[in-house]
Amino acid sequence: MIKVEGLTKRYARNVAVDHISFQVEKGQIVGFLGPNGAGKTTTMRMLTCFMPPTDGSAEVAGFDILESPMEVKKRIGYLPESPPVYPEMEVIEYLNFVGRIKGVPKANLPKRINEVMEKCAIADVRNKEIGKLSKGYRQRVGLAQAILHNPDVLILDEPTSGLDPHQIMETRDLIRGLAGDHTIILSTHILPEVEAMCERVIIIAKGKLVATDTVAHLTSRLHGSEMVSVEVAPRSPGSDGQVFLTQVQQKLEQVAGVSRVLHKESKDSRERFTVESLQGRQIRPELARAIIESGWNLNELRSVGLSLEEIFLQLTTEHKPDDAIAAEAPALIETSPSSGSSTSGSSTGESQ
Amino acid sequence: MNVFTICRKELSSYFRSPIAYGVMFFFALITGYFFYIATYSFVAQGMRAAMMGQSQPMDVNEWVVRSLLSNVGVIGLFMTPMITMRLFAEEKRTGTIELLVTSPLHDWEIILGKWVAAVILYAAMLSISLINLVSLYLYGKPSWKPMLIGYLGLLLQGGCMLALGSFASACTRNQIVACVAGFGINLLLWVVGWVSSLDSTVITRTVGYLSIVDHVDSFSKGVLDSKDAFFFISMIFLGLFLTGRAMESIRWRA
Repeated sequence: MIKVEGLTKRYARNVAVDHISFQVEKGQIVGFLGPNGAGKTTTMRMLTCFMPPTDGSAEVAGFDILESPMEVKKRIGYLPESPPVYPEMEVIEYLNFVGRIKGVPKANLPKRINEVMEKCAIADVRNKEIGKLSKGYRQRVGLAQAILHNPDVLILDEPTSGLDPHQIMETRDLIRGLAGDHTIILSTHILPEVEAMCERVIIIAKGKLVATDTVAHLTSRLHGSEMVSVEVAPRSPGSDGQVFLTQVQQKLEQVAGVSRVLHKESKDSRERFTVESLQGRQIRPELARAIIESGWNLNELRSVGLSLEEIFLQLTTEHKPDDAIAAEAPALIETSPSSGSSTSGSSTGESQ
Repeated sequence: MNVFTICRKELSSYFRSPIAYGVMFFFALITGYFFYIATYSFVAQGMRAAMMGQSQPMDVNEWVVRSLLSNVGVIGLFMTPMITMRLFAEEKRTGTIELLVTSPLHDWEIILGKWVAAVILYAAMLSISLINLVSLYLYGKPSWKPMLIGYLGLLLQGGCMLALGSFASACTRNQIVACVAGFGINLLLWVVGWVSSLDSTVITRTVGYLSIVDHVDSFSKGVLDSKDAFFFISMIFLGLFLTGRAMESIRWRA
C-alpha cells in the first residue's frame, strides 16, 4: 500500500530525512517511532505531498507522490500534529467544508458526516464551535476530518500528544477500531503507544532508519534481558557507607543470571542500583533472597522498562561489545522517564 | 467548484470575525465624511456662481462623484491590507494550511477562492459608499453611467491591491507583518505616480505608469479606458502569480 524508496529531505543546513526505505502492507497499523526531531513529521509531510522530497521516491496506494500527487491526496487522510481545524467554525460546518474539498460526492456527504461523527464520538458537539471544544474533542474532530473521505491510507502525526491519559485511551481505541479498513501510519515518541496499537514498527533516529520489525519481535528482543532497580539499606545505620556499597555490589554481582550491576546513587546510607539480567533470565526472586539473607533491608525492588533512548542505544549498538553499552548506559537511565510505561497500563515495564 | 467552496469558507470567517464589520464601519464613516465635504463645497460653489450671475450649471458628476470616488480609492489603500492580512498568514500560523495543501486541490484554486472572497468583501464595502451617491438623486439628476464606470475602476484597483495583499499574506505567518507589508506595497505603488510630474523622460514615465492611483483617474471621469483596465488586470495576475510562488515556497522552506 505504501512503498518508500530512498526518501531524502535535505534543507540548506541539515538533512532531515536520509535515504529511508520501507513498505507497508494493506490494512496494517504501523508505528513510526523516533525521538523528537528524528524526521517523522518530515517523512509524513512528504508522503502526504505537503512537500516534495529532495531525493528518492514513494508510492501511496499505487500512485507516485511526485508524478500524480492529486491521486495520492485523494487516497490519504492526514492528521498533522496539531489538528487543522478552524476555531470559528462549528463541527458540522467544518466537516462539510472538508468533505467538499476532499471531493466527497455531495449526495453522500450528510450520511458520511453522521457516520464519521458516530465513529469519532463527536456527534454530541456537532453544533459547537471548534474553538470552544476541549483538546480531546478537537483531536477527534481532526481524526474525523482525516477519515471523512474514507481514504485507503491514514497518516497520523502524534495522534495522542497533549491529551490526558483518559483521552489517550479513547484515541487509541478509536485508532485500533479504524484498522482493517485503512492502512495506518502513526508517529509517536512513546514506546508503549506502539505496543498498544501497532503491528509493525519503523524506528528512525536522526533522519535514518534504525530498524523495522514487528512489534512482537521487537519487544521480545528488548524484554529478553530484564532491568531491575534495587534499593538496599543496612539494617543498622551508621556503618561505613563505602564498605557497605562494595559489599552489596559484590553480592548482587554474584547472583545467578545477573549480567551487570550499576550503582546509581547513595542517599542517607541507602544505595540504589540498576541490575541487568542475562537474556531470558528472571532475577528478581534471587536478588531479593540474596539481599535478605545478607541481613540488609530491601527498600525497593522494581522492574524498569527500557526507554526509547535505551532502545535506540540497544538497536544501534547491538554489534558492539557489552562494555561499550555499559559505559553509556547510566546517564541514559537517569534521564529517561522509564516510569511512564507503567502509568499507561501497558506491559513494557512489568514482565510478571 | 472548489474555488466556490474556499470562497464561501473565507467569506463566512470574515463575517464571523470583527474584521469585516470594523473595516466596513470605518469605511462608511470616512466616505460619509468625504461625501459631506464634497457636497458642501459643491453647494457653496454653486451659490457663489449663481450670485455672480453665471448661467452655466455646475456638473454634479464632476464635482461630487468624481471627488468622492478618487477619495474612496485612497481609503482603499489603507483598507485592503486589513482585508487580506489573515488570508494565508492565519492558515500558516494555525497549521490549517496543511489541510488545504494535502487535500486534492490545486494551489490556484485555493488562491483564487481566497482572492474572490476578499474582492466580494471589498465590493460590499464599496456598495456602502454608494448609499451616499444614491442620496444625490433626491435633489438632482446625476448621470449614472460615469458612476458605474467609476465603481468598476475602484473594483479593479481594489482587486489589484487585494492580489498584492494576498502575496504579502502568503509570505509570512504573522498577520501584522502581512498587513504592514501589504500597506507598504500599496503605498509605494501610489507614490510612484508622483515622479511623472517631475519631467517626462522614459524612466519617470515607466515608473509613473506603475501608479495604481493614476490609472483610476480615467474611470473616475467616467471614461472606460481599455489601457487602464488592462493595467489593473495584469497587476491582478501578477499579484496572484506571486502569491502562488510564495505558497509553493512553504514546500521547500518549511
